[in-house]
Amino acid sequence: MNTIFRVLAALVASLSIGTATAATAGYPLDPFPTQKLTDEPSLQNGAKLFVNYCLNCHSASLMRYNRLRDIGLTDEQIREHLVLDPNQKVGDLMTIAMRPSDSKEWFGAVPPDLSVTARARSSGAGSGADWIYTYLRSYFRDSTRPHGWNNAVYEAVGMPHVLWELQGSRGATLEEIKEVTGDSGNGSYFVKSTVVFDANGTRTETTEKLEGHNLHPSRHWTLGEAQGGTMSQPQFDAAVADLTAFLAYMADPTARTRVRLGVWVLLFLGVFTVFAWMLNREYWKDVT
Amino acid sequence: MAIENQVETPGLLGWIDRRFPLSSLWKAHLSEYYAPKNFNFWYFFGSLAMLVLVLQIVTGIFLVMHYKPDAALAFASVEYIMRDVPWGWLIRYMHSTGASAFFIVVYLHMFRGLLYGSYRKPRELVWIFGCMIFLALMAEAFFGYLLPWGQMSYWGAQVIVNLFSAIPFIGPELAIWIRGDYVVSDATLNRFFSFHVIAIPLVLLGLVVAHIIALHEVGSNNPDGIEIKAKKDANGIPLDGIPFHPYYSVHDVLGVAVFLIVFSAIMFFAPEFGGYFLEYNNFIPADPLVTPAHIAPVWYFTPFYSILRATTEDFLLWWMIPFLVFFGLLIWFSARAAISKLIGVVVVLAMIAGFFIVDAKFWGVVAMGASVMILFVLPWIDQSPVKSIRYRPGWHKGVLAAFVVVFLVLGVLGTLPVSPTNSLFAKIGTLLYFAFFLLMPWWSSAGTFKPVPERVTFKRH
Repeated sequence: MNTIFRVLAALVASLSIGTATAATAGYPLDPFPTQKLTDEPSLQNGAKLFVNYCLNCHSASLMRYNRLRDIGLTDEQIREHLVLDPNQKVGDLMTIAMRPSDSKEWFGAVPPDLSVTARARSSGAGSGADWIYTYLRSYFRDSTRPHGWNNAVYEAVGMPHVLWELQGSRGATLEEIKEVTGDSGNGSYFVKSTVVFDANGTRTETTEKLEGHNLHPSRHWTLGEAQGGTMSQPQFDAAVADLTAFLAYMADPTARTRVRLGVWVLLFLGVFTVFAWMLNREYWKDVT
Repeated sequence: MAIENQVETPGLLGWIDRRFPLSSLWKAHLSEYYAPKNFNFWYFFGSLAMLVLVLQIVTGIFLVMHYKPDAALAFASVEYIMRDVPWGWLIRYMHSTGASAFFIVVYLHMFRGLLYGSYRKPRELVWIFGCMIFLALMAEAFFGYLLPWGQMSYWGAQVIVNLFSAIPFIGPELAIWIRGDYVVSDATLNRFFSFHVIAIPLVLLGLVVAHIIALHEVGSNNPDGIEIKAKKDANGIPLDGIPFHPYYSVHDVLGVAVFLIVFSAIMFFAPEFGGYFLEYNNFIPADPLVTPAHIAPVWYFTPFYSILRATTEDFLLWWMIPFLVFFGLLIWFSARAAISKLIGVVVVLAMIAGFFIVDAKFWGVVAMGASVMILFVLPWIDQSPVKSIRYRPGWHKGVLAAFVVVFLVLGVLGTLPVSPTNSLFAKIGTLLYFAFFLLMPWWSSAGTFKPVPERVTFKRH
């Protein structure tokens, strides 16, 4: 039986390694500092950033303002600092005034509702929070895009770098090794292309043919150093982490209650199991 | 003058018993239902399946109070339950975790049947009702999965309903009839809701009652595969039997406690279970215009989904035809009656001809259907002279273990995108899955069997 389990474990492990490599083929995600999820000042700062920078184009229409009492705010604070639309009440959902048909025309796509995005963006590569945390910190200048920005995590993204005043602007370099088919169609070879975006987003591409065997297609982004923002890079990272913490909280606002209750439930069930075991043992003494 | 039934019970119970067989039902099914005393770990899962069924029905009732079966409102109403309904998140997570728990428990319960030959005579109907419960459960899970109206709900339903369009002649019309529209839409959501909350649960409950009545009529099997009714004491009570209540009721309470620990650990600390119990893509509202790059059903359907995807034209020509020819020859040389030889050969030839006439997609659907339906004939294709794996040749354990590995590998493959390696493994898995059942009449009777004891093996606790 043991051998069977070992073979089984090996098989399952080999298959899951297969998935892991397939999933990490994209831009590697930075780990989101999860301790921010339980830090009320961070969550409150995240809420402020969200309301100021996101909640104009993106709605969070499954979330009520007054739910923010969860993160240590009072109704007065919420009403004064976070409900920016004078027509909205503190018990309202976090909707926006922009009509989907307008945003479709202006941006080419409707900015998605962000209520549960932190859950939807989870994958084998990392949690949804990891994705958001990395994505919001991976913008660079690209003058070939309609709004002048591009993103290493989400290439050809529709959203410009909304937080650029905080971070400043920067360039990026993409080194890509890819297989191309020869002009005559007989056989293929590998090339290495280097795409450089300077701090103004001007794009220059150089391609060289690679010799040799054992070449694999790959993509590697290097982001430049941001210049001209009101925040230093560590400050900006911390602000994005706060915003991400808020988005993660909003996607599953009962998570903390759930975990706290779960501990008590398991403690109860542990005690219950002991008694159930004793009762069972007492009855089964008779059976010979 | 009214004539009252004579009963022994006094007072209020007596009043009831003269009008309704309460005491005799209690005795027949609990306090004087004699179950073998040597049940082991595997015998917890029947009562656990019952527990999960009750859990799903009770949580389901509360969910229906707040859920809106409307394409424009469904997604938001689920999040409304999670956020604004008091304790709604707990009810919803219980229901979503319960769905996966139901399949885990039922798969283990079915494996127990395979292990100890619980489907063998005289328990064929217990098994058949059980298979029907499994079918109903799959339908229930499939219909229910559309209701949150996320991307995976939507595209999963789209893929599965489209399978019906592979049926020759009537397929496309049939698929439209099922959906009530040309694509999965509000009409589909409403009918799936109706099936999920009333039609299938009614069938499920009826089948569960039939499953238990049939079981209590013939009595439970046990890990030794011996009929305890063969050895009775002076009062006609099986020597190796003990009353279900209180012995197995207290035993099952212990099982329930341990199960609830595992269940709660998942529900409170990892309700998504790494994207397997709640798929990440399902947190994106259904969008008929955006097809997800990778559509995977929930984990409990993936072994069958793998079989569907493995059945390609190449698989039919180079894998299935040789296998069927081999199988036809096997029948030809081992069947005793001429009519069996004829039927075997005709079916094999008809299938091979069919591979060339009808599209492989249809055969994929057939294979997926057959992979579930083949369970029904297990009582007749198992030709082993003993029921329990304990007294079968050692290598039978290997065959059973290999089947489990194949089922699990097919399950894992079903969650992954198609790649050349994956599809090769899925083809091998599919062939082995069917070989396990189709060759069972031959392998199950081969080898040296151990002597079965007179009485059950039982060690005092």
